[in-house]
Amino acid sequence: MLKHILSGDMPRSKILSLVLVVIFLGLAFAPFLFPGTRSLDTAARICIFIALVASYDLLLGYTGIVSFAHTMFFGVGAYGVALASVHMGRGFDALIAGTLAGALVAAILAAIIGLFSLRVRAIFFAMITLAVATAVAVLFSQMSGITGGEDGLNFKIPRAQTSAQKYLADPVLGVKINGKLLNYYLMFFGSLALILVFLRVVNSPFGRVLQAIRENEFRAEAVGYKIVFFRTGASIISAVGAAVAGSLYAIWLRYVGPDTTLSFEIMIDILLMVVIGGMGTIYGAVIGATIFVIAQNYLQNLMVVAADATSSLPLLPLIFNPDRWLLWLGILFVLSVYFFPKGVVGRLRGERK
Amino acid sequence: MSTAPQHNPTLGQASLKDRFAPYIPIALVPLLMLVGMVAIQAPSSWMTLTVSGLAMGMMIFIMASGLTLVFGLMDVINFGHGAFVSVGAFIGISILLSLGALTGAPSLFLNILAILAAIVGAMIGAGALGWAFERVIVKPVYGAHLKQILVTMGGMIVVEQLILVLWGPDEIFINRPEALKGAFIFLGAAVEKYRLLAVVFGLGIFFAMRWVLRHTKIGLIVRAGVENGEMVKALGYPLRLVFISIFIAGSALAGLGGVMWGLYQEVITAHMGGNLMVLVFIVVIIGGLGSVEGCFIGALLVGLLQNYVGFLDPKLALVSNIGLMVLILMWRPQGMVPVVRAK
Amino acid sequence: MSNSLLSLKDVHANIHQYNILHGVNLEVPKGEVTMLLGRNGAGKTTTLRTIMGLWQAHAGTIELAGMDVTRQPTAQIAKQGVGYVPEDMGIFSDLTVEENMRLAAVSAPLSQERMDRIFLAFPPLKTFWHSAAGNLSGGQKQMLSIARAMAEERQLYLIDEPTKGLAPAIINTMAAALSELKAKGATILMVEQNFEVAKYLGDHCAVMEDGKIIWTGPMNELAQDNELQERLMGLNMEAS
Repeated sequence: MLKHILSGDMPRSKILSLVLVVIFLGLAFAPFLFPGTRSLDTAARICIFIALVASYDLLLGYTGIVSFAHTMFFGVGAYGVALASVHMGRGFDALIAGTLAGALVAAILAAIIGLFSLRVRAIFFAMITLAVATAVAVLFSQMSGITGGEDGLNFKIPRAQTSAQKYLADPVLGVKINGKLLNYYLMFFGSLALILVFLRVVNSPFGRVLQAIRENEFRAEAVGYKIVFFRTGASIISAVGAAVAGSLYAIWLRYVGPDTTLSFEIMIDILLMVVIGGMGTIYGAVIGATIFVIAQNYLQNLMVVAADATSSLPLLPLIFNPDRWLLWLGILFVLSVYFFPKGVVGRLRGERK
Repeated sequence: MSTAPQHNPTLGQASLKDRFAPYIPIALVPLLMLVGMVAIQAPSSWMTLTVSGLAMGMMIFIMASGLTLVFGLMDVINFGHGAFVSVGAFIGISILLSLGALTGAPSLFLNILAILAAIVGAMIGAGALGWAFERVIVKPVYGAHLKQILVTMGGMIVVEQLILVLWGPDEIFINRPEALKGAFIFLGAAVEKYRLLAVVFGLGIFFAMRWVLRHTKIGLIVRAGVENGEMVKALGYPLRLVFISIFIAGSALAGLGGVMWGLYQEVITAHMGGNLMVLVFIVVIIGGLGSVEGCFIGALLVGLLQNYVGFLDPKLALVSNIGLMVLILMWRPQGMVPVVRAK
Repeated sequence: MSNSLLSLKDVHANIHQYNILHGVNLEVPKGEVTMLLGRNGAGKTTTLRTIMGLWQAHAGTIELAGMDVTRQPTAQIAKQGVGYVPEDMGIFSDLTVEENMRLAAVSAPLSQERMDRIFLAFPPLKTFWHSAAGNLSGGQKQMLSIARAMAEERQLYLIDEPTKGLAPAIINTMAAALSELKAKGATILMVEQNFEVAKYLGDHCAVMEDGKIIWTGPMNELAQDNELQERLMGLNMEAS
């Protein structure tokens, strides 16, 4: 039964299974285990980033091509929901229409980019996605009439998903049963559904071909697979996944702006989460996103401590300045790619480089 | 089997179309200028924008040339190339700022002396960084594109952050040296002196590079290596040494581009190199990865288009260059000047 | 053989799971032409590439004139006087014929005398001296490739299928030129599928099968023994 749900792709490691179960239970009961708005926010963010990172892993890990446009698709989904809610008014129909429209636009964009850049050399893809994503980010932040520019858009979600709506008069286990809780479970089950879909995709015949292409492009081509179509197909699925994750994120935040969805820093975060968790495993996304989102809060606090501790020394306090946390992430990233290319999951499964 | 029969095949006469094909890309530059003139109408604005577009194109070419050759020679794509632009700019501009006595004097000679010092410093700094980058970041991931992209991108982030550590988080504003301030009035159009200088300087670098590639042994080795590195090794040349030299030279040129860009914008930030990489990538893709000529033409097209469209509708400047890239890839999927490769 | 210029001892190499060499033993005597024969995929090209250092031998040793060159970089091996003509000819098509030759002369510029000799062997190269090498015909490219190997003083030539895909008339030119080279006392290790050419040029012969040398001996011994040919090389060889 469980094996069927996971598409036969079991964690294949006792510790990994244990960690995954802990994360799953932690997120499933997060509102009860970690009460408080901030904790719930963190839990929702973890759910959404797991889905986002898993969709990226489909491309980076399974297909072996690097895209820098994943945040663009994430943003397209988020803006889809926001724009629909602003123009159609608050309602479930707006959320659904926005999500669908965002997914459709993402699919079309991914198809066009894929067909153009993957036709010649896979390496074009990285450069072209970087260029297109930058152009779109600039466009979104400048078209303030439509997108709200740098300020972004605030919008309302249905009352049934907000804390204003109470479902039970009394709290259960100290937690109020209201619309906000419902909204959290939308995030949780939405992300869970996405993960299961991705597991299904990568374990389907289509997914096996992707891996065959990744391992040996020439042989796969010789066997008769049209590489461009498989890669573009993967890119489309990945883009749609990112867009849906973006829609969820926008629904959770009730806000969308360039900084929360389109910025290059989020792209770097995604890259780090995939690499740390383990490329080409899907489960890596679960672990990478969880570690990263939690560490993000911690790391900056840690840096404040380090900066204070070294304040009398030259240069060091500057390096430990919390604003410089990207420096550490960059170093961590390079080191992970060199020494830890299979990530946490690869390590737990006992795979050697 | 005795004497060989006389064997005298001739080169087939190429059709008119084939013979003109190599010159079409360069013809695109005046064509774009013409289109720009029609779209902008006001001749003086057009003149100003054209000079500015050419200047921008030259600077992007200087930054992009090393990237394209490094790719051609070793199949290495360096996503961290922008770091050299930023580092060059910070070193060069710092030198310029410290030479206030020279830059502030209304003497062309003293100004140029200060700029030369800045350029030399920037090129040495960026070149040294390039050398270190190659050894630490790039060398361990030869032949693995995926890791290359990830690691070089990571390397750039680290360098950018280090700039912020060393120079502080704020952008640095600069004034151009006295003699380069202001503009000429030419046919009723204002042409900034600095932009004109950038065009002349860029042209000089392009032709010098072209000369080296065509008429020196090292140039021959590089051109041959782009097509078939294995054979260059089999003839007895240490390709890896050639590659490192090109990597360092390309980094130094990126640093030079950074100084020029800083003086053009009159402000520098740690992220300037990373931001410029978007245009640089468009340029090397439409030019044809590995081709210096294609890179030059591509840079001019991108610079001109960026300025023309930026004048007509600033929001669409970058988008228009994506459009240009799409059109060119539809026409020639390998770029305007496709590079022959053995493998 | 004591007068070996090149000797391979138990050389192993594996490249992308195929074209594997497992234990090649080969002696190439000085001043003579050794033919490397065998079916497609037997490992002939791999053997040449491994000698040249383009692929690493992971076991065994390769000695050139008594020196171990197994782990040396390709450029170093070339500098010791090894001229290499690869299967795909390795022409720099963007460069002119003249530039191709100039590059090939690594240690010193081409002397007039050497140039005359090359032009005598391959007249078309003179005709197209300033043309882009990419515009040459297949045969002319092959001439250029061999001419490049002749641009320096060599102690050993490694030549991979110089007659592949060429018209009979050009094969004659090629064979004549190589015969000239041989007459000057060159040591050559050559892969050849055309048995006529192999018979005409070869002194010795080594036959490969599945990444190993399965037979070595004088060329004429193999040439005269149809049964042996049949057994060693099967139907792949043209009948002689």
